[in-house]
Amino acid sequence: MTATFDSVAANAHRIREHVVRMCAGPEGGHLGGAMSIADVLAVLYFHVLRVDPEKPLAEDRDVLLLSKGHGAPALYAALAIRGFFPESELGSFGHPGARLMAHPVRAVPGVEMPSGSLGHGLSLAIGFAIAARDAGPLRRSFCILGDGELQEGSVWEAVMAAGSMGLDNLVAIVDRNGLQITGRTENTIRLEPLAARFASFGWSVCEVDGHDVEALARALDTPRAGDTRRPTVVIAKTIKGRGIAFVEGKTRSHFARLGARQLDQAMGALAKARGEIEAQRRAYGEGTEP
Amino acid sequence: MTIHEEQSARDAYRDALVELMAADPTIYCIDTDTGLFSGVDFGAAARRYVNLGIAEQNAVGVAAGLAASGKQPFVNTMAAFAGTRALEQVKIDVAYNRLPVRIVATHGGLSAGHLGPTHHALEDIATMRVLPNMTVVVPGDARQTRDAIRQASGVRGPVYVRLGRKPAPALPPSARAPFRLGAAEHLRAGGDAVAFACGAYPIAAALAAHDALGAEGIGLAVVNVHTVKPLDRDAIVAAARGRPVVTIEDHWAHGGLGGAIAELLSEIAPARVHRIGLPDAFAADAGDHPFLLERYGITADAVTRAVRSMLGGAR
Repeated sequence: MTATFDSVAANAHRIREHVVRMCAGPEGGHLGGAMSIADVLAVLYFHVLRVDPEKPLAEDRDVLLLSKGHGAPALYAALAIRGFFPESELGSFGHPGARLMAHPVRAVPGVEMPSGSLGHGLSLAIGFAIAARDAGPLRRSFCILGDGELQEGSVWEAVMAAGSMGLDNLVAIVDRNGLQITGRTENTIRLEPLAARFASFGWSVCEVDGHDVEALARALDTPRAGDTRRPTVVIAKTIKGRGIAFVEGKTRSHFARLGARQLDQAMGALAKARGEIEAQRRAYGEGTEP
Repeated sequence: MTIHEEQSARDAYRDALVELMAADPTIYCIDTDTGLFSGVDFGAAARRYVNLGIAEQNAVGVAAGLAASGKQPFVNTMAAFAGTRALEQVKIDVAYNRLPVRIVATHGGLSAGHLGPTHHALEDIATMRVLPNMTVVVPGDARQTRDAIRQASGVRGPVYVRLGRKPAPALPPSARAPFRLGAAEHLRAGGDAVAFACGAYPIAAALAAHDALGAEGIGLAVVNVHTVKPLDRDAIVAAARGRPVVTIEDHWAHGGLGGAIAELLSEIAPARVHRIGLPDAFAADAGDHPFLLERYGITADAVTRAVRSMLGGAR
């Protein structure tokens, strides 16, 4: 892993620490689906997106929409670490009168659009992509969707439209953690063959380990506006609750309100997982420039 | 006597929009396969005409994304699909963000005629006016439609413009005051009662009722409330002055203009309010727009009867 990706991975870890603390706040939070997108958000905000915290509405910025709005704790953490607002504000998540609600609010610097009701983000992202296309510069429009969210019909109106229009500055990222509130997506309303479904709508499809920051970076760097005439979907294979061993892949990780002891356990598990990843890297002699 | 217009409000809207698009490069026309723009030459603005097919939820979301990028999209659909099918997108993506999306809906009220209740829009004024930040306009005729469209582009937040389908009664030549978005328009004076109306046919019915009652010595004022939200509160309270009030609209009798007027007056200037609109039922007959309005009691006769009844035995 190069130094660049070292720092991306470190930021993913920092996002996860914040998410766990937010889920120990007064109202709890959507722990599992926030942890599963931590690496995706770290790669986007610390490697891919052209955004400027000093000018959050700059005309030539890339746009990211979190259509699975319940991943808000991870988005807030990424934005704060990236410098859009002080990290200290994250402690107010869910507190009475705070602006950090469980679903993204546009009043928070860096949040492009509110979300929470599923199935809205991709249409919005198309609007941004058309405006960007007509403005000239190679701006891109990114949208993170949950896999369970794909059961919303409006998503497929947007998938069909984007494919038909050939919007190659549009990139959808599906957080394919395989779980929704009642259990596995495939035991609820089947999504597979997901890659083939997107491909049949005229999209370029890339399937990737959603916790491998280098692989994510390759997948998200590849699509460049103006060259393919196809929108891109990156299907990120992720684990719900990733980083906390005792909730990973568990349906009940969807929403959690962690007590003081659970918070300690979760932070401990997070540190352990981080330590294991680093030890693995040292063992394989990584951490130097190629 | 009622004179029908040569051009429908929706055709007038189309022509006005094409002119605006030529003048303002931020204006986009987002279509949902309405067919209204078939054969239109957009010229240099062709790239800004985007037909997203039969998918109204996506169309409203795309328009919101464009508006958040500094553009000014006009979304075209039928009122039935704007006011209910795509309502969540209108609420969250458009109204919540207070974005300058203009939703122009044809086939308002019963104007879809024999297309039936799936295409009638008798709830859209209610669903749109309940949303914060929304401006709701029901132009009185084709001329007012052109003015409303031009003035809508100056509104900071979203605007819902409700049109009909075919050529409809024109406002009388005497009503040639400049159209002002947000300002109720006094069409007829009268000292005994007041009718508040919106939309071409309901206004024509109120005007006919004014004439019929006038012949009996009863004065009925008629006010065109083309902007249902924000309501011209001062003008409406002043016009009512505690007199009996009749409202008439091409909408279910509850929740629309009549509901808005009743809410306002009950708090500020209590008056007896008789609301005329479609009763609490779906249309069960085929027929053209005038037939259905007649069939469901959105008529001049309904206005005169209501006024006589409210004025009671004194007359």
